[in-house]
Amino acid sequence: MSADTRAQRRRAGVRLWLPGLWLGLLCLAALAAPWIAPHDPLAQDLMLERLPPAWVGGAEPGYWLGTDSLGRDVLSRIVWGARIALVVALIAASAACLLGSALGLVAGYFGGWPDRVVSRLVDVWMAFPPVLFAILLVAVLGAGLHSVILAIAIIDWTRFARVIRAEAMVQARMDYVHSARIGGAGRIGTLLTEVLPNVLPSVIALLALEMGVAVIVEAILSFVNLSISTDDPTWGSMIAEGRASIHFAWWVLVFPLVALFLTVLSFSQFGEGLKDRFDPVLR
Amino acid sequence: MADLFEVTDLHLSLPDMTAKPLIGAAPRIEILKGLSFTLPEGKVTGIVGESGSGKSTLGRALVRLLEPTGGSIRFAGQDITHLPEPALAPLRRDLQMIFQDPMSSLNPRHTVGRIVAMPMKRFGRGGSRAEVAAALERVGLPAGFAARYPHELSGGQRQRVGIARAIALSPRFILADEIVSGLDVSSQAQVLTLLERLAAEMGLTIAFISHDLSVIRRLCAQVIVLQHGRIVEAGPCERLFDAPRSDYTRALIDAIPLPEIDPGWLGREVVQT
Amino acid sequence: MTACLEILGLDAAIRRGPRLLRNVSLSVAPGEVRALVGESGAGKSMIGKAVLGVLPRGIEVTSGDILLEGQNLGALSPGLRRRTVGAAAALIPQDPLTALNPSRRIGPQITDKLVHLLGWIRARADARARELLDEVRIRAPERVMASYPHELSGGMRQRVLIAAAFASEPRLIVADEPTTALDVTVQKQILRLIAELQARHNTAVLFVTHDLGVVAKVSQSVSVLFAGKVVEAGPTEALFRAPAHPYTRALMAATPRYTDPFASLQPVPEAVLAGLRAEVAAEDAAREARNG
Ligand SMILES: Nc1ncnc2c1ncn2[C@@H]1O[C@H](COP(=O)(O)OP(=O)(O)OP(=O)(O)O)[C@@H](O)[C@H]1O
Ligand SMILES: Nc1ncnc2c1ncn2[C@@H]1O[C@H](COP(=O)(O)OP(=O)(O)OP(=O)(O)O)[C@@H](O)[C@H]1O
Ligand SMILES: [Mg+2]
Ligand SMILES: [Mg+2]
Repeated sequence: MSADTRAQRRRAGVRLWLPGLWLGLLCLAALAAPWIAPHDPLAQDLMLERLPPAWVGGAEPGYWLGTDSLGRDVLSRIVWGARIALVVALIAASAACLLGSALGLVAGYFGGWPDRVVSRLVDVWMAFPPVLFAILLVAVLGAGLHSVILAIAIIDWTRFARVIRAEAMVQARMDYVHSARIGGAGRIGTLLTEVLPNVLPSVIALLALEMGVAVIVEAILSFVNLSISTDDPTWGSMIAEGRASIHFAWWVLVFPLVALFLTVLSFSQFGEGLKDRFDPVLR
Repeated sequence: MADLFEVTDLHLSLPDMTAKPLIGAAPRIEILKGLSFTLPEGKVTGIVGESGSGKSTLGRALVRLLEPTGGSIRFAGQDITHLPEPALAPLRRDLQMIFQDPMSSLNPRHTVGRIVAMPMKRFGRGGSRAEVAAALERVGLPAGFAARYPHELSGGQRQRVGIARAIALSPRFILADEIVSGLDVSSQAQVLTLLERLAAEMGLTIAFISHDLSVIRRLCAQVIVLQHGRIVEAGPCERLFDAPRSDYTRALIDAIPLPEIDPGWLGREVVQT
Repeated sequence: MTACLEILGLDAAIRRGPRLLRNVSLSVAPGEVRALVGESGAGKSMIGKAVLGVLPRGIEVTSGDILLEGQNLGALSPGLRRRTVGAAAALIPQDPLTALNPSRRIGPQITDKLVHLLGWIRARADARARELLDEVRIRAPERVMASYPHELSGGMRQRVLIAAAFASEPRLIVADEPTTALDVTVQKQILRLIAELQARHNTAVLFVTHDLGVVAKVSQSVSVLFAGKVVEAGPTEALFRAPAHPYTRALMAATPRYTDPFASLQPVPEAVLAGLRAEVAAEDAAREARNG
């Protein structure tokens, strides 16, 4: 193995374990929220409003990241918020991925009219600004977690369809696809055994990226009050509330932002790392 | 000897995507313009011609990766010109192909073992570990190669895998499309002598596409010379080399750089036809 | 006559890994074509890259000198070296499909080096490009310069690359298998073209190939390479008349020849390969001894 691919492999390693660590922690926190969150995320106590984080003067013991303007514990809200963020990320991104990849594969591999139909659909879809589209959809479907998930899937399948179609198209022209046909494989069989494994790394990288996007979209929808009930702890609503007190209680805004940022970054880096890991040339 | 392939007045045109208007169908460019020839069973037939003359297109029509637009192709007495895919399926085993670029014709995500075994399984010709090892053995690769990925092999070794995959099915016909043009002379010699030996042993019928007439001269019993989608000359190999009838064939032969000192060679103008 | 390019005892290796070039020495005089032959992976391209200073990352020259027009490149600072090499040498790459940027017009791709490295004004560079395209027998230079690569055939693209290489009037050209992607008739035209230009401009050419047929036709001297080691070198004529090394003889027997189909196309015998491996091992041991 050459030095170059070894260096690349090491980079892929860091890309995998560092984001993996954060995402793993987040998943654990989300699963164990009822037990590890130090306080009830909804419990208000106006006596405790805007307590600073533990290491700043005037902190109250037990409120590690401080409290917000209603006296709710920021850490507990972030932990519970991770639940919602991850549920949305997993379900919405997977749905968008399945729908988009399937259509992209069929369009790219078969060409002809299936391609024309899918491509046209993607063009029309992408003509809408996605965030506006999401807000519109949720407004129509009614606020709530279900609508958020549905909206993300309905909007973001095009991202998969476009990329996977282009890749499948390249793959379809490769000689090993012809050689599978020569070797007796049917069209669908060739699609599944020859084309799919070669586009899978891209699918996975995109999926991870999409999970990050889903987290952001959910945050945005919460931010504009269109996700779930305003009380429920979501990162988006925390950020929205934190804005108001940025000058005298920065922690209310900063901690959910950091969680959001780290999560989105981790998803995208994790995706890239996985892609490299799946590449036999680098393995 | 009987003819395995009988091709009459073969036409093939493809849509020219570069000239496709915004609305409506792309204009079609005619690539094969009426070819008639036969491929005798158990013989190697060379197909030569310059780049873009339609050699690969012709080959792909023979193994029915492409459907001709006119004329007919008869394989072992059966008309396969327009056979739909399901009817073609049982014939696929007999119509095998080895590709020019062994890197792109071997799926980078499958192991060599899997690449060789998959068609064997599909056609019920075995495909067990031992059978794959035997197939690799025949092309001079150790059984341990079954666990490797294509990028872990040299160009010559990859091309052997391509040959192993094709002959493991004991087909009646193999199309070899420029299978050595990417290899250096010593790998080229190895691969070609291997193919030559296997063809003799198994009584294979081979269409051997190349633009290297020196290689054709060694391997083939008869030659078809293509130019711009038409046959300009066809005949037994020896006759064609000793007394080429068309200027184009002569130009092709003249352009081969022999490994001999010949100070005048570079100065002789290439006859453009 | 002093050599245009002189390589003395060049050694290159993968960093903390195996040796790729083993004590390579060769020289190319002005107006001379030296062929570098050997099988795939022998290190032919690596020599060309070492001269041009474009070795892939992770591969480094461990000892030996490269002298370009008497100047030791190893003694120069990286920036100065790049300018020196850029002004004196050029490359004709192997693959006309990938060597041209598909999204830029041909013209600027030829004149880039003249304008950026040699500081020519645009108009003069354009005039020179037209002149060169004419020299490589492209019929409508203006139109070709305004075209994108995909609008040209493989043979035309290769001509463009040749024109680009000769544009800066280099004293040395490294031609890395410039005709393997072409069919024989086009190949012959391209070989003629390189020979003509090279003779007219008195350029030294390092011609990388694995085709002994091409070697016989275009070169005046040859170095035969195996596993990064020069196993035989000499004037082309002498080498073809009486090849001394068994490997050279084996390569000749492997080269297909329509005039003698059954004596040619013989794989390199295992005995010859064993001998070569022993030679390489001996060279490695000698280096160990030298380095203590
Ligand atoms: N899918 C396609 N669409 C349009 N034109 C095509 C297509 N495939 C091939 N052609 C054209 O058909 C002609 C013949 O191509 P073909 O690949 O059969 O040539 P060839 O003789 O095999 O050449 P080479 O020696 O370069 O492989 C060429 O002019 C090519 O540009
Ligand atoms: N980037 C790289 N990293 C590590 N090793 C490399 C790299 N590039 C090439 N090599 C190795 O260096 C050796 C010489 O390669 P080189 O490209 O010079 O061969 P070549 O003689 O030009 O062969 P070909 O005829 O295939 O072009 C080979 O063994 C190759 O595997
Ligand atoms: Mg072809
Ligand atoms: Mg090379």
